[in-house]
Amino acid sequence: MARETKTAAPSPGEGAAPPAQGPGAQDPGAAGQRREQRRRDRRSRRYRRDVKWSPYAYVAPFFLFFAAFGLFPLLYTGWAALHRVSLTDPNSMEFVGLHNFTRLWSDEFFWNALQNTVTIGLISTVPQLLMALGLAHLLNYKLRGSMFFRVVALTPYATSVAAATLVFVLLYGRDYGMINWALGTVGIDNIDWHNGTWTSQFAVSSIVIWRWTGYNTLIYLAAMQAIPNDLYESAALDGASRWQQFLHVTLPALRPTILFTCVVSTIGAMQLFGEPLLFGGSATGGPEHEYQTLGLYLYEQGWVNLHLGRASAIAWAMFLLLVLVALVNWLIARRLTKSEGGA
Amino acid sequence: MTAPVVTRGTRQDPTRDPDAPDNRQGGKGRRHGRSRAGRTMHGGRITYAVLILISVVSLFPLVWTAIAASRTNTRLAETPPPFWFGGNLFKNMEIAWTDANMGMALLNTTIVAGSIAAGTVVFSTLAGFAFAKLRFRLKNVLLLLVIGTMMVPPQLSVVPLYMLIAKLEWTDQLQAVILPTFVSAFGVFFMRQYLLQALPTELIEAARVDGASSLRVIWHVVFPAARPAMAVLGMLTFVQAWNDFFWPIIALTQAGNPTVQVALTGLGQGHIPDQSVIMAGALLGTLPLLLAFVLFGKQIVGGIMQGAVKG
Repeated sequence: MARETKTAAPSPGEGAAPPAQGPGAQDPGAAGQRREQRRRDRRSRRYRRDVKWSPYAYVAPFFLFFAAFGLFPLLYTGWAALHRVSLTDPNSMEFVGLHNFTRLWSDEFFWNALQNTVTIGLISTVPQLLMALGLAHLLNYKLRGSMFFRVVALTPYATSVAAATLVFVLLYGRDYGMINWALGTVGIDNIDWHNGTWTSQFAVSSIVIWRWTGYNTLIYLAAMQAIPNDLYESAALDGASRWQQFLHVTLPALRPTILFTCVVSTIGAMQLFGEPLLFGGSATGGPEHEYQTLGLYLYEQGWVNLHLGRASAIAWAMFLLLVLVALVNWLIARRLTKSEGGA
Repeated sequence: MTAPVVTRGTRQDPTRDPDAPDNRQGGKGRRHGRSRAGRTMHGGRITYAVLILISVVSLFPLVWTAIAASRTNTRLAETPPPFWFGGNLFKNMEIAWTDANMGMALLNTTIVAGSIAAGTVVFSTLAGFAFAKLRFRLKNVLLLLVIGTMMVPPQLSVVPLYMLIAKLEWTDQLQAVILPTFVSAFGVFFMRQYLLQALPTELIEAARVDGASSLRVIWHVVFPAARPAMAVLGMLTFVQAWNDFFWPIIALTQAGNPTVQVALTGLGQGHIPDQSVIMAGALLGTLPLLLAFVLFGKQIVGGIMQGAVKG
């Protein structure tokens, strides 16, 4: 009981309703009053129940969906990875123990996909975040039409992976593509963007860069605008140039945001899928698997080769990698804050 | 942090105008001379030049999609590539509309993205309100669960999800792509952060004193206070759901009941070999969102920046 009143504490209205037992029963003439009293009790009980249980009702829809379509599948992936499951009959599972994992360990395509994921992740994330940082710095100046520039920088984000990749496939065409034509005007021979390992990985990365730089720019810009003005004022008073202000005021203040975008971009790079799928038009990621990523390999195993159990094992490998990446990120973050405290 | 700047500053000529470094940045900066600090400084000519260049790079692939969509397939196999619009736009769009199932795909995607946005906004507001302003058991544990799963990639749960919809016989049906993303952990977190500061606790208490039930509090106090954030979350979710790729191409088929992304994937995998038709399809699938950006670009930009500060 005490707990209940405590839960309902924020409402002083509670005090108006006295405890339920033994109200004005002595007075036989006041039946109407008694009824009134009982109604008030009922209402106050209902009110207390309402206050106590309604929070659960508010979070229930979210957690119902979350449990059914988020948490359960996530955990069940681990179970499915221990089975042989075929796409043609996904509900009959044959237990095979760790076979899917041992198979993966000696699977050259898995290691190739892992390597591609890391390489493409690096050459798409690092330049992207650096460019976003610079661009945010420029957008942070007082500008005419600054909102126009922001919206335009974000339009690639409105373009879907599929639409963007289909265009870039044409732009990167070997014989008639715009990019090779432009390179040709400065005397560079046609580059085979679709079949070379490095060239195709660069091309796939450039799609990622094109789509996401603007988004990250806005995130940096938001963080920059939260930096107090007087920090810049005192730096300017001390004769710091714009570049010095950027180095010594902006960058340190942006540290948590930079870390945040690194984490998000790493997770995004880990699940890269649509760009390599559509750049080559098939799940192999190029004729020689040049740009097959882990996400794409998972898809190929599950939905082209019909091995759902193997696909689950790849999913778990990705999960472990993510945990690893998160750990590394956390360690770096801790070291950075420590060195900051020491300075 | 500012220590090295200070030392360097004192070493320099103290009689110098403190604003002097600003003036090197070209005309604009000088005209407005007295800019006080870094973030109110005006951009110089170089700034504008770089921004215009970036804008061109941002827009060029989209513009060129339209150019290629308005040409013929044979024209796209010539050098130099076309730089201006041709006369085949509507013909190509028509072929994409019927042969690549783009008409149905647009309708389906509107339904899917609309439902997901509505579901996410309503349920995120309810849960976000509970997490921001109410007290209940397990609150912190549940909130941690929400935050912890915010960034789990969809690939990690795709196999069981597929087994689930195969069992329910939902393959190629729209609920198969609507329900799994009907709620979002990010949405809950976003609304919680917003309501923490935008909804005064006294307001809820006052409504309670007046005897308002929980539902009335939600309807008359929480929803009105949350409306700006709900609009932003709705737009962001709609864009995301419109462009969602991985799960839809597994759950739906191009010939049956595709979303835009599924239909475009079919195009990219050689369903129709005509490049200009493919570009027309890509254009059709992107136009609705581009239109939304023209109309609500400011709000979407604001929403992303707002979410960034909170997150």
